Amino acid sequence: MAIRPRRAKVDVASPSASPEALLGHYRDMLLIRRFEEKAGQLYGMGLIAGFCHLYIGQEAVVVGMQAAIGGGDSVITSYRDHGHMLACGMDPKGVMAELTGRAGGYSKGKGGSMHMFSREKNFYGGHGIVGAQVPLGTGLAFAHKYRKDGGVCLAYLGDGAVNQGQVYESFNMAALWKLPLIVIVENNKYGMGTSVERASASTELYRRGEAYGIPGRPVDGMDVLAVKAAGDEAVAHARSGKGPFVLEMKTYRYRGHSMSDPAKYRSKEEVSRMRSEHDPIDQLRRKLETEGIADEARFKDIDREVKAIVTEAAEFAQTSPEPDPAELWTDILLPA
Amino acid sequence: MPIQVLMPALSPTMTEGKLAKWLKSEGDKVSSGDAIAEIETDKATMEMEAAEDGLLGRILVPAGAENIAVNTPIALLLGEGEASTALDGAMEGHIPSTAPVRAEAPTSLMPAPKAAPTAPEEREHAGATRRMTVREALRDAMAEEMRRDPAVFLMGEEVGQYQGAYKVSQGLLDEFGPERIIDTPITESGFAGLGVGASFAGLKPIVEFMTFNFSMQAIDHVINSAAKTLYMGGGQLGSPIVFRGPNGAAARVGAQHSQCFASWYAHVPGLKVVAPYSGADAKGLLKAAIRDPNPVVFLEHELLYGQSFDVPEDPEWVVPLGKAKIERAGRDVTICAFSRMVHVALEAAESLAREGIEAEVINLRTIRPLDVETLVASVKRTNRVVTVEEGWPVAGIGSEIAALMMEHAFDWLDAPVGRVAGADVPMPYAANLERLALPQPDTVVAACKAVCYRK
Ligand SMILES: Cc1ncc(C[n+]2csc(CCOP(=O)(O)OP(=O)(O)O)c2C)c(N)n1
Ligand SMILES: [Mg+2]
Repeated sequence: MAIRPRRAKVDVASPSASPEALLGHYRDMLLIRRFEEKAGQLYGMGLIAGFCHLYIGQEAVVVGMQAAIGGGDSVITSYRDHGHMLACGMDPKGVMAELTGRAGGYSKGKGGSMHMFSREKNFYGGHGIVGAQVPLGTGLAFAHKYRKDGGVCLAYLGDGAVNQGQVYESFNMAALWKLPLIVIVENNKYGMGTSVERASASTELYRRGEAYGIPGRPVDGMDVLAVKAAGDEAVAHARSGKGPFVLEMKTYRYRGHSMSDPAKYRSKEEVSRMRSEHDPIDQLRRKLETEGIADEARFKDIDREVKAIVTEAAEFAQTSPEPDPAELWTDILLPA
Repeated sequence: MPIQVLMPALSPTMTEGKLAKWLKSEGDKVSSGDAIAEIETDKATMEMEAAEDGLLGRILVPAGAENIAVNTPIALLLGEGEASTALDGAMEGHIPSTAPVRAEAPTSLMPAPKAAPTAPEEREHAGATRRMTVREALRDAMAEEMRRDPAVFLMGEEVGQYQGAYKVSQGLLDEFGPERIIDTPITESGFAGLGVGASFAGLKPIVEFMTFNFSMQAIDHVINSAAKTLYMGGGQLGSPIVFRGPNGAAARVGAQHSQCFASWYAHVPGLKVVAPYSGADAKGLLKAAIRDPNPVVFLEHELLYGQSFDVPEDPEWVVPLGKAKIERAGRDVTICAFSRMVHVALEAAESLAREGIEAEVINLRTIRPLDVETLVASVKRTNRVVTVEEGWPVAGIGSEIAALMMEHAFDWLDAPVGRVAGADVPMPYAANLERLALPQPDTVVAACKAVCYRK
């Protein structure tokens, strides 16, 4: 007997987002894009160091998913986390200052690009071990259920991370205990230099939960409205007590894996085709134009607003002092 | 004012590079994100992208130039509507500052603040006690803390319906139900990670490893997720979790099921590591571990589970973490041990007494932070120390104590610190070999005589 893929029912009622919501998505994606460009620039100036994984190209995923959840829900992701933090509403100044390793950063300069948290915004990091955020996120979902607070957890991971064993340990427990967990596989086609085809025996990553009875669904992750619609469905499923849901976001990162990646594993044509044909920001902009929601002047305004935020963040990140040497010895243990 | 385009750092280690090729010419329009030049770093050739929109006004560093330091201006970009005359003089002054504001930082290792290596106060227990096994004491500790705090729950393999692989969680499922006594699949990495995630959200999980041997499947979450998050987050998020289960040498189970992890976990800042000996230790320390807001590795011992001790009944009684206990006073030599080795040390002390050597036996109870104060005070009285542990000698707890004695009690030592440890081999199965691999009372006696220079 052949295995029948258990695909979740796709509810394609055309997403009817309000003009304000659409403009909000546009602004949020642009903020991430400009923030990341600025981070790349500061890296080039030697102000940011170490590993720095930019999110450029993937903006629609977090912006669409964030629009599908509410204030009490929690979010956790890997090291490619700047976009997630901005989408959660964390302060760009604090994020950028963490990138430059300054006292004004979210982690007082002690975490860096890959390790920031915000209790206030329910953002739980920022994790550098590929795949580790999935059981951690399953634990956040467990806590939502334990407390019966109605919340769900969004746990993001990459197409490379999806081959870690602990991901399936988590799938099993989340399905077994019907935890409100939404697993978002950001399939940007590569884990560092290894394409999905070279790493995964089955490349339909949304089906990875099938063995556990977890519904999954592929999504155009370059289309913020498609992401939002899929997110709504997955969140409704998890929130209603039916357990976890897998979303595979087909997306693309324009930049290298981190800052020192010469990206020899893919052609320039591939990158430029994605940028010119599928860019999430350009696509939404065209929609806003053709539907008459925004004109040139409105876009200019948004541009200016975003640029000002990013410039302010970059300035703060350069003027905020380095952490006090005494900070070396703090935050190791809490007083009992 | 034209924008200076600077030689970028394109890798974590790059300080200079070669400008291999310009991909745009003077007069070309560029948009942010366009590749404008190829740079050769120490590792690879990479494209450099424009960070701003504008017109490439002037190239300052020609293609082929080598050893260009990071942050050297390599081109000038004219902004929208800016005339090319602005290019002249654009290089005067106005080099963007990149030097960070330095806090007054010493460049060498900054020593830990000298404050408080003193051990916490311990309240003398005067109330009622009850004779019970270590197994029951551990169960009572968990039950009392679960009654006290609804955020506390227990999860692990066979902890519920089976009542615990070693029957430590006997009766808990009945009292607290399956929402708080959670039988997990055999999935250590998964449920340890799940526990840490739940602790981030403010729950207080007790994660039972069937034995600590299997915690190696999950050690990444114990160290990278639980121990480091408070620091990495600048204090935003802690992990109030207890990892507990039997540790150390079991009987006749071979190398993979018989090993001490004290030294492994004691190495890690951000963790507390506890190893009780008696029933009172087990109950009082486990209660303290559950109440502690930090991740605690709680190392029990299978061969102690069935031993009986007098245990305080007061549910508010706890033993503070970080406080050693003098189990037997003596003036001639200090023996420090933890977990089941305390029993071995006490037996050794009895036979030493028959030969006129009075040994002081210190039960460490907490391995991290170590109660250096109690150790040093004892050594100042006895002037001799022997450490005892089941674990391997290399980088063991005994090695750490030897170093601490040298740092804090050098002038009081009348002999080098003696170490008794498990044999530096995987645990053998054969009864005679297993016995040879583990510290026995007579090995401890011999070590004590050696540091007392007695035959
Ligand atoms: C356990 C572990 N193994 C290896 C690495 C090194 N590493 C960091 S990112 C990465 C690739 C991950 O790719 P993917 O999951 O697709 O995420 P993406 O970077 O594309 O967002 C690797 C191998 C790591 N951080 N952790
Ligand atoms: Mg990837």
